[in-house]
Amino acid sequence: MKILVLMKMVPDIVEELEVAADGRSLDREFLRLIVNERDEYALEQALVLKDRLQATVTVVAPEAPEVDDVLFTALAKGADRVVKVSGIDVTAGARATASALAATLPDIDGALPADLVLGGCQAIDDLDGFVAPLLARALGLPYLGLVSRVAIDPGGGSAQVLKEYAGGVMGRFEITLPALLGIQGCEKPPRYVPIAKVRAAMASGIIETVAATAGPAMPALAVTSMAKPEAAGHAEMLEGSARDVAAKLADILAARGLL
Amino acid sequence: MTANIWVAAESWKGRISDATYEALALGRELADALGGQLEAVLLGHGDQGLAASLGKADRVLYVDDPTLADATGEQASRALAALAGQRGPAVVLVPITNRSWDLLGLLPARLGAPLVNFCREAAVVGGGVETRSILYGGKMAVTVAAGSGPVVIAVLPGARSAEAGRGEAPPAVEEVALDLAADTGIRLLGYEEPEAGDVDITQQEVLIAVGRGISGEANLEVAEDLAAALGGAVCGSRPIIDQGWLPLVRQVGKSGVTVKPRLYVAAGVSGAPEHVEGMKDSELIIAVNTDAGAPIFSVAHFGVVEDATDLLEALAEAVKARKG
Repeated sequence: MKILVLMKMVPDIVEELEVAADGRSLDREFLRLIVNERDEYALEQALVLKDRLQATVTVVAPEAPEVDDVLFTALAKGADRVVKVSGIDVTAGARATASALAATLPDIDGALPADLVLGGCQAIDDLDGFVAPLLARALGLPYLGLVSRVAIDPGGGSAQVLKEYAGGVMGRFEITLPALLGIQGCEKPPRYVPIAKVRAAMASGIIETVAATAGPAMPALAVTSMAKPEAAGHAEMLEGSARDVAAKLADILAARGLL
Repeated sequence: MTANIWVAAESWKGRISDATYEALALGRELADALGGQLEAVLLGHGDQGLAASLGKADRVLYVDDPTLADATGEQASRALAALAGQRGPAVVLVPITNRSWDLLGLLPARLGAPLVNFCREAAVVGGGVETRSILYGGKMAVTVAAGSGPVVIAVLPGARSAEAGRGEAPPAVEEVALDLAADTGIRLLGYEEPEAGDVDITQQEVLIAVGRGISGEANLEVAEDLAAALGGAVCGSRPIIDQGWLPLVRQVGKSGVTVKPRLYVAAGVSGAPEHVEGMKDSELIIAVNTDAGAPIFSVAHFGVVEDATDLLEALAEAVKARKG
């Protein structure tokens, strides 16, 4: 069984985000990037399947700052192969990224055909689409998103997956392989890997670099401005020590009959 | 191409979703401004009766097919794209819910049209549709000249009130036949309901919601302690469910439930749109977060910049002291 995992870098929103001088994009000078959280679950799902089956896991990610750390960490966690695709403008949007990945994957030796392609089902910067379903369409693979459990049927011709609906309801689906799944969660959180193992992967592991093949041009959206959202309202901020603030809050709760 | 606005109507367990009515309210404004018709597209099998409740639309285009009962995104996007190819809508509004998630992922590719995602506001400006989207977990707003040629717009819950999207009179219904026989390679085997027995957080008057800022599973005890003191329950945002610290039935927001308690304490919850949609109508919202710029402070009534666990601990003590 061959599993392909797609990962991409996104802005770390724990850091303060600033608008660039053009007034319509993020200031990237001091931007810290982290791996898209849902992609980490896609990798975990792939590694869970590898633990259970005879599977090889290949991770593919567009080149971006900090992506090497992510790819070495993937190797340390148990991925068999990691590939960095250079020449994809990651700021051009999900449509452009999916188009370039779809054109490039056939040029990565042995990457396709894969039995299963996994990617995060969403990212915080997905303004013009989600990469996973767009790529599924470009590759002609059936797609299910918001998937949080995957089990391969005996024989390997299909998978059973759980897909999240609202209110804790799950849909159980059978999907013919090869297929592309947009991953929302996994049966367990992404595995921890000690830093020593990551360092060992950095010392002996290899990140293959492949130049992107141009896919059909996908025009970016006409973004005319970016700004911090104007809040309709703002909380009344309470200041002081935790103890002082707690006392004020207790007053507020008491006044509203909540105590 | 027409100047018509479409709303991809969603039904679930025999009723039209509130998110559909919200999109219809927005669609009505756009259709009136563009001088087009508002059309709701309803896909289903034996669901003709549901069309009557879509009266905010000028017309309902109803497609009945066995493959469209509980349609997956693959089936729904094929049907909508085929119909759009015949009718040429200018804009297709798709509500952002788990139910419509795969449709909005796949439809733009099938239509060869751009998607404008996470849209909270849309209006007609200079003959084209201009949208405002919320990105980066609620930290940035982006204005897009979306045009109308055609474009798929994904509408965030709460963009309009569901009430504003309900019509009084039943709309005209046109039943459309499409050839949808092709196999998608996907079969729905059934639904799995959450295990009974856990607390129903939609019925609680007090909820202590914990998010990533709670830092460790051990700190959940502090939240439980405060919840017990106030006679409420603990719920969580997505990262807590991902960690397996709370079950999915305790998740507030997309994938989880919508709650409206008398008191909602958001502890270490950043306030991403998919969480806020599930709790914004709570009567009293108190938020605590170490990040003074966290979006949760724009929906909270009272805010505290502080470590979530430290504040929950202090608040539990203060509450217990008051109650004696």
